[in-house]
Amino acid sequence: MSVLSRKTFVATLWVCCALLTACGQGEVTHFAEDEYPQALSDWGIIELDGQRLQVNEAVVVYDLNTALFSDYALKLRTVFVPQGQSASYHPTETFDMPVGSIISKTFFYPKDSQGRLLTTNTWQGDPKAITTATHHLVETRLLVKQDNGWDAVSYIWQDDEAYLSITGKLQRLTLANDEPLNYLVPSRNQCASCHATNHTTGEIQPIGIKTRHLNRETSLYQANQLTHWQDKGLLAGVVEPAPANALWDDNNASLNHKARSYLDINCGHCHNSAGAADTSGLLLDYADHPKIAMGYCKPPIAAGKGTGGRLYSIVPGHPEASILSFRLDTSDPSMMMPELGRSLVHAEGVALVSSWIAQLEGECI
Amino acid sequence: MINTLSTKMLITLAFSVAFAACSQAPQLSFEESFRQALETAQPGDVITVPEGNFAFDRSLILNTDGVTIRGQGMEKSILSFKGQIAGAEGLSVSASDFTIEDLAIEDTVGDALKVNEGNNIVIRRIRTEWTNGPDVNNGAYGIYPVQTTNVLLDGNVAIAASDAGIYVGQSKQIIVRNNRAEYNVAGIEVENSIGADVYQNTANNNTGGILVFNMPSIPQRGYATRVYDNDINNNNTGNFAAPGTAVSGVPAGSGIVVNSNDQVEIFNNRIADNNTANILISSYFSANYAGQSKLAAEFDPYPEEILIYDNNFSGGGTAPGLAYLTQLKDAIYGSDGAFPDIIWDGIINPEKPEETQVICVDNGDAQLLSIDAGNEFKDAGVDMQRHKCTVAKLAPIELVGI
Repeated sequence: MSVLSRKTFVATLWVCCALLTACGQGEVTHFAEDEYPQALSDWGIIELDGQRLQVNEAVVVYDLNTALFSDYALKLRTVFVPQGQSASYHPTETFDMPVGSIISKTFFYPKDSQGRLLTTNTWQGDPKAITTATHHLVETRLLVKQDNGWDAVSYIWQDDEAYLSITGKLQRLTLANDEPLNYLVPSRNQCASCHATNHTTGEIQPIGIKTRHLNRETSLYQANQLTHWQDKGLLAGVVEPAPANALWDDNNASLNHKARSYLDINCGHCHNSAGAADTSGLLLDYADHPKIAMGYCKPPIAAGKGTGGRLYSIVPGHPEASILSFRLDTSDPSMMMPELGRSLVHAEGVALVSSWIAQLEGECI
Repeated sequence: MINTLSTKMLITLAFSVAFAACSQAPQLSFEESFRQALETAQPGDVITVPEGNFAFDRSLILNTDGVTIRGQGMEKSILSFKGQIAGAEGLSVSASDFTIEDLAIEDTVGDALKVNEGNNIVIRRIRTEWTNGPDVNNGAYGIYPVQTTNVLLDGNVAIAASDAGIYVGQSKQIIVRNNRAEYNVAGIEVENSIGADVYQNTANNNTGGILVFNMPSIPQRGYATRVYDNDINNNNTGNFAAPGTAVSGVPAGSGIVVNSNDQVEIFNNRIADNNTANILISSYFSANYAGQSKLAAEFDPYPEEILIYDNNFSGGGTAPGLAYLTQLKDAIYGSDGAFPDIIWDGIINPEKPEETQVICVDNGDAQLLSIDAGNEFKDAGVDMQRHKCTVAKLAPIELVGI
């Protein structure tokens, strides 16, 4: 599509949205890259029916082990694979999915009686429990598999519909403690800031659609997700034993496993050996890397004031001297990590990573 | 891929819907239309920035190859990020065949202009500035291409970055010329890069004027840089970098600094009044930054094959920016004396044969002081005989197609 037509398209959004009416619960529709509808409901994946969120029966709801922290937003994830086709299993990489597949992620918060957002999680994963009476819907992001690869796009909720957004939006929301929340809906290009996990090719990839993130039980389907996906025909070729990341708050998992899982999903999309942050030489995806590449006694490269005045990414035994802890524990956009996707500190995540560093052994001379 | 007919139909449809439904189309601000142009860019697009001061509260992102961003002049088209609340850069580019020219990027929270991975990058007549002057809270880098190949930085101005005004990292085939860098911690820094020509720049009033560095634990080791025909004066601004950063160890008063890098040729520069020394050569071990204990095995911490000739030195060396250097200067030259034009930490690779060319100097009566930092300054002294040597000169960098 030419620049002009896309611009025109976007410009008309603001004036024409009122004219567009949501279609009913029908089939999931896969649109080409230049034909994305202005209204999310046209995709047929998710829509509001009155106050209640409806998920098409043709899509599967899923959840991850430890997930990316996104300012305490809750996330409803769905996956759609065209009838009669399936994704192919891989033990470590993102599953190869057929053209026509659509992944959605809806970001929402529980809200109090005054409409202020709560950062506590009372949601058990059932989409039927999401209503606009008790929840604030922020945005729905889609990953759409086209002929030439994955494409990413966001829709921003406004009243009872979500509308296509190319440029993203900084939403100024309010938390229940009256703190402001500068919630950033990513622009199209910003989607690639995380989803181009191989920064050299620049190809967009789903991040969560990997064995180690998906390999868990879900209460919604009372089953292991990989098994469930395979039973539904969504996934083929699962080989046991399949690796599994930890849930960051699982009391039964080891501290090391939880911390590595947390760093994997929060940092590994850039901090991998082909990622945008390979410039730093710091590799935090869940793979076997030399200790120094994982940050042990590793000096920063181009962190600027993001060092927090500290000398190494990880000083074993000393989270208070480790850059890793500092960058997770700040919300200053010029210093924080990840660079994108949060404006609040995930205190529980900082505590996890810091307690992991605290029990690491070794010394940086 | 998309046929013209369907695109036309789409436009027609969009227009007719707009006209049917609306009394007037909304006017997008330049800020919004600029962001939209970046987000929807196609190869070959030229995106223009008019005269004016435009305010942004979040980063701008470009991922499309073959785009030119063109302003009306670095004092006329200003992208201001004062009060930025989201994003780590001003403008972040992940693309090849990229040209940006004739505009300014001011007061970003982090880096002003970052280009991460790409070939054929042209950045010219761009100004990056923190308008409040030197401050540790300024963003780290002004102009920051990293992992780029075939890159031209020409006629830019970089002011008050808390790390480097102009920083070329992990790149290849680089020309940095006609730029002015001032009041940064590092004026111009070439790090872990292969094949750079740095010439006809002015680097005044930084903490360090022009730096050629290598850092460990990153994918590319750098070598082969020529620094020539530059003016490098009065780089005596107090170091305002965040502790822990590589440049936080640069002493105020450094003209040219070579650290852990090989094949660096320094000639025909006018270097004056840099109060630690006009040229400093050091190994990783005396860089005064972290990570001295566990170097990656493949990292070479020793500067070698450094060639210094035909520079015009004057002044400098009178007030070193670090206490131990001041003590040393006072001990050798007296409190009213000055370091010579070149100082070196004197640390060499013990594994290498003695005849290895470390620093060759052919620069009139300019002297090089080895401070013998590896032996607690025991044999600090000048021995110009040791530096009478030659190494092969480097070929000029030729950029292809830009």
